[in-house]
Amino acid sequence: MTLITVDPLKAPSFPKAAAELLRDTQLRRNVAHATDVIQHKRAALVAEKSDWQALRTAGAAIRAEALRHLDRYLEQFEKQFTAAGGHVHWASDADEARRIIAGILHDAQADEVIKIKSMTTAEIDLNRSLESAGVRVYETDLAELILQLGHDQPSHIIAPALHKNRHQVRDLFAREMHLPDLADDPPALTEAARLYLREKFLKVKAAICGANFLIAETGSICIVESEGNGRMCLTLSDTLISVAGIEKVIPTFAGLEVLLQTLPRAATGERMNPYNSIWTGVTPGDGPHNMHVVLLDNGRSNLLEKEITRQTLQCIRCGACLNTCPVYRQTGGHAYGSVYSGPIGAILTPQLFALEHAQSLPYASSLCGACYEVCPVKINIPEVLVYLRSRVVDKNRNNLSSVFSQERIGMKMMARIFLNHERFEKAQRMARIFEKPFIGQDGWIHKLPGLAGQWTAARDLAPIPAQSFREWWRGRKASQ
Amino acid sequence: MRISLFITCYNDTLFPHTGKAVVSVLERLGHTVDFPIDQTCCGQMHFNTGYRRAAYPLAKRFVSIFRDAEAVCIPSSSCVAMIRDYYADLADENHDQELAADLRTLLPRIFEFTELLTDCLHLEDVGASFSHRVTYHASCHGLRSLHLGDKPIRLLRHVRGLDLIELPNSDRCCGFGGTFAVKNAGVSTAMLEEKLDAILGTGAEICTACDNSCLMHIQGRLHRHGADVRAMHIAEILASENREREGTP
Ligand code: SF4
Repeated sequence: MTLITVDPLKAPSFPKAAAELLRDTQLRRNVAHATDVIQHKRAALVAEKSDWQALRTAGAAIRAEALRHLDRYLEQFEKQFTAAGGHVHWASDADEARRIIAGILHDAQADEVIKIKSMTTAEIDLNRSLESAGVRVYETDLAELILQLGHDQPSHIIAPALHKNRHQVRDLFAREMHLPDLADDPPALTEAARLYLREKFLKVKAAICGANFLIAETGSICIVESEGNGRMCLTLSDTLISVAGIEKVIPTFAGLEVLLQTLPRAATGERMNPYNSIWTGVTPGDGPHNMHVVLLDNGRSNLLEKEITRQTLQCIRCGACLNTCPVYRQTGGHAYGSVYSGPIGAILTPQLFALEHAQSLPYASSLCGACYEVCPVKINIPEVLVYLRSRVVDKNRNNLSSVFSQERIGMKMMARIFLNHERFEKAQRMARIFEKPFIGQDGWIHKLPGLAGQWTAARDLAPIPAQSFREWWRGRKASQ
Repeated sequence: MRISLFITCYNDTLFPHTGKAVVSVLERLGHTVDFPIDQTCCGQMHFNTGYRRAAYPLAKRFVSIFRDAEAVCIPSSSCVAMIRDYYADLADENHDQELAADLRTLLPRIFEFTELLTDCLHLEDVGASFSHRVTYHASCHGLRSLHLGDKPIRLLRHVRGLDLIELPNSDRCCGFGGTFAVKNAGVSTAMLEEKLDAILGTGAEICTACDNSCLMHIQGRLHRHGADVRAMHIAEILASENREREGTP
């Protein structure tokens, strides 16, 4: 039985899921290859911007300003979007959002809907709830289509099927689209998807999308994408529902000048996305006439109060932190037990979905800092990880679960030892005695009990030298 | 110059050679080294594992011991990162204005070992000779928090006889990450395995870095594999004057 699920309420701890994924060598090769390719493209395009650091700072400032006065900007967006002929709905949680969307589709008498790739709708598990209410959902993004046809889960926030290679996609399409002779080169695969989808674009009259940015000043919505399928959904449908987290708002249209430079470079390693759609409300005779935005809270407002947690909401979902992360590289996204994976997932999931369901995620990082270095809006992910770890420790203060208590006792002891250098020296001498029975014939330690056994599972350990530095120093001073 | 050495708890216990090498380099360059004997730990392990409350008294303790130092030398990039990046936060969240004020004046006098040589003493050639093939692993905290850049590389380039071989993906984490190595041992090992492939691919005899924690991790796996490559702190290379016989570093 596989442990893999992206439902944070049911997901196993990160180390457990990771252990399963580490055995999947095909998946690990796919992930390493795909992230290498994107990283190289990104690095080349970032290098050509001499003002990249200034753009990061400006992007961070735009996002931070929006979050600092989120209430004001959301109300401004609502006012402008409504004035332009749209309808704004507020959803406090996933359930409310799903009910609102079902209601809109019901009123529009839609029993089929086309979708643009959207992490927010994945977060609220929208497809499943629509299907069970009798609405057929067609994913139009190539990667989302791959997942939908393969009953698979997203493993990356911008390339959700990144864990699959093209041979695997070919086999899936051949089976699901009844194309036994399909080739496995990218043009053949996209052509197959195009033919499969084209008919849906022409016939389905309701569409659901996410949003990259909501612009408060003008009430506009911005979506960037690579394939043009999104553009079809946005223009061919009669009813259009955009589902957006409340953090997606930015104050002014001019803010796009910065963010549309950094997002495509960081995300896909492109100077500009092939399709940039920005629209403001309803235009008679042109595009959807029944337009809705569902503003989703779903735990986000809890992050607003403190600066350290608020920065998580600055994220523009570029995926750069996933591509650079050495941990993600080994496991892929499914280990994170949430649609949000990688470093951003490790800080977002525990904060959105109550800490107890995701206690292992803040520890799913070696704190190497590569994520912070590439983030186009300068989210200090390691700082947030360490902060969340302290919240896990505080929460478990009175909880006797074994690993934590073994660790906790050790940490407590060490903290006491470090407060006094004589105690510390005594501990150094004791450690030399304790380790003696574990030293092997070759003078190295190969196996240790308890938590330390996790170290020796894969690595040897040199024994503690007979003389500490301070002992050497004392002797040297005495002989001088 | 009078340089106060903060050896760090794990170097003191597990890597006394590194401390001796730091002393030897600095004294050879004509400086006086001072070792405040009541020092222990900077609090990094507690802080990074989530035991923030336990880290605070250790931060206070460190600052009170080194407050009046002319310069503090620390041969561990991750401990310097702890002090630089997070001590001010600890002062802040504990409303400790005295600690915050002390930090403001102390932080500019704290140097990681290779920083001390290049930024404070303005040296690249420290008079070392070491005739071996060496590859350099850029420890994460040194690279991304201290922004050491090519400072260690410049020091190594001036070591006589040293053949420096570039490590592919030298900026990728080795998978140590403190308690990460035991809490996520599987992933940590997978990361380490990639690092080992890169190191062994260089044909180097020695893998060096500015942090013994990464080196302990790397050495542990090298030894498990029976590989004939040694992990060695950069201070030990810079202290070397080729007293060793060829081939036995
Ligand atoms: S945290 Fe930063 S790097 Fe990661 S997805 Fe969000 S914006 Fe991109």
